[in-house]
Amino acid sequence: MSWTKKHLLDIESLTAEEITTVLDTARGFKAVGERAIKKVPALRGKTVVNLFVEPSTRTRISFELAAQRLSADIVNFSAEASSFKKGETLKDTALNLQALNADFIIIRHSASGAPHFLSRVLNAHVINAGDGAHEHPTQALLDAFTIRERKGKIAGLNVTILGDILYSRVARSDIWALTKLGAKVTLCGPATLVPKTFEKMGCRVTHDVDEAIRDADVINLLRIQHERQRKTMFPSIGEYTQLFGLNKARFAKTKPDALIMHPGPINRGVEIDSEIADSGRSVILEQVTNGLAIRMAVLFLVNGGKALAETAN
Amino acid sequence: MPDATVILDATAIQRALTRIAHEIAERNERSADVALVGIPVGGDHLAARLAKILSGIWNHHVPVGILDTSMHRDDLDQRIAPTVHPTEIPFDVNGKTIVLVDDVLFSGRTTRAAMDALNDFGRPKKIQLAVLVDRGHRELPIKADFIGKNVPTALDEKISLLLTESGAAADQVILKKK
Repeated sequence: MSWTKKHLLDIESLTAEEITTVLDTARGFKAVGERAIKKVPALRGKTVVNLFVEPSTRTRISFELAAQRLSADIVNFSAEASSFKKGETLKDTALNLQALNADFIIIRHSASGAPHFLSRVLNAHVINAGDGAHEHPTQALLDAFTIRERKGKIAGLNVTILGDILYSRVARSDIWALTKLGAKVTLCGPATLVPKTFEKMGCRVTHDVDEAIRDADVINLLRIQHERQRKTMFPSIGEYTQLFGLNKARFAKTKPDALIMHPGPINRGVEIDSEIADSGRSVILEQVTNGLAIRMAVLFLVNGGKALAETAN
Repeated sequence: MPDATVILDATAIQRALTRIAHEIAERNERSADVALVGIPVGGDHLAARLAKILSGIWNHHVPVGILDTSMHRDDLDQRIAPTVHPTEIPFDVNGKTIVLVDDVLFSGRTTRAAMDALNDFGRPKKIQLAVLVDRGHRELPIKADFIGKNVPTALDEKISLLLTESGAAADQVILKKK
């Protein structure tokens, strides 16, 4: 067990041991959420700022609750109602938040690398809550946690990620996390959204959906990200559903114990059939519960990471 | 390898636990109200062993729980984040006499954190403290009710408990110079 990092910026720079440390720590925090008193004093007196420059509901609420359950104070900052509208730069906004003695900055931004940039100019802990199409580390950690909890292990499992990979930060973080932990990752979707270059990340790329899901122990469905696509990457939503959506006929051909995952928000009837989303094989809502535990664990661990960085100086 | 001395061997540990169990039984007449709560790592296994001995003395089942203290520590800012262990309290602590069980009593900060953590589960009638080794150097006004062995130590020494439950070849308490 070891965690010495001051920030959580991406999964790419984490070791398998560090990822496992977060998952093990989250186990203890998941139990806190099941108690009558769902709050522990670990971050009492700390201030957390949710700096969400790109809109998000579930991740923001999850981080907000995570901070509150650790007894920290939390301030929400959203781009629509802020000085970004008045032309302030990200750096200036962040420095202003630091001047108010924020201890943690949780950032969601449409530009890849924004959290890394902040970590270089701020003393506060920086946690990446999604940067462009680059990474969404806490989502990958909660996905790994959910798979490990349900399957008892991750190494050796066949995990298929199906959908819009090209524009997906979840896909990139998932690929890093799951391959580091020894899973065999297959990517599938329209050729325009799943280019062969992803094979360089250590996974298999296929455009044949039936083949991709046949031997999968876990099927992770991703939403088509209309907001990130500059031009139409496939003819129509209807055609996508027909060619790549997880419908009942395809579901019937999957392994009987294959888990169905989705980071949300789900588009019922597009990438996933409504009944499958509500079936016993779907762990979509467990992912939400586990996300809270993972975010508590991340806040708890990076707080300790700072202590180490300071004693080293 | 730094100097290591065995201060308790398997027989001595077993004898100390048996004595502590009898002292707990002597102190608490209402045996049905007593529950043990171990603090990981080490205290959880000791609590399970004590419960076994106590249920032999009282002829009834003695509830055992595990209490993680890491989220209630007061030094979270000054060290690497500690390992978080699962907490399992499979009984209602309200009105109970809770005997906290730890392997080594040192600064007293773990005990303080444990009392805080326990409050999140309810209000016990009494909290008592049983430790296998009291090594001194208290930083808080905390005192154990039941002690296996008093071991005067220097601050640069370290005491470790090895138990077969956690994979050791034999039960031992070891004192090492750092």
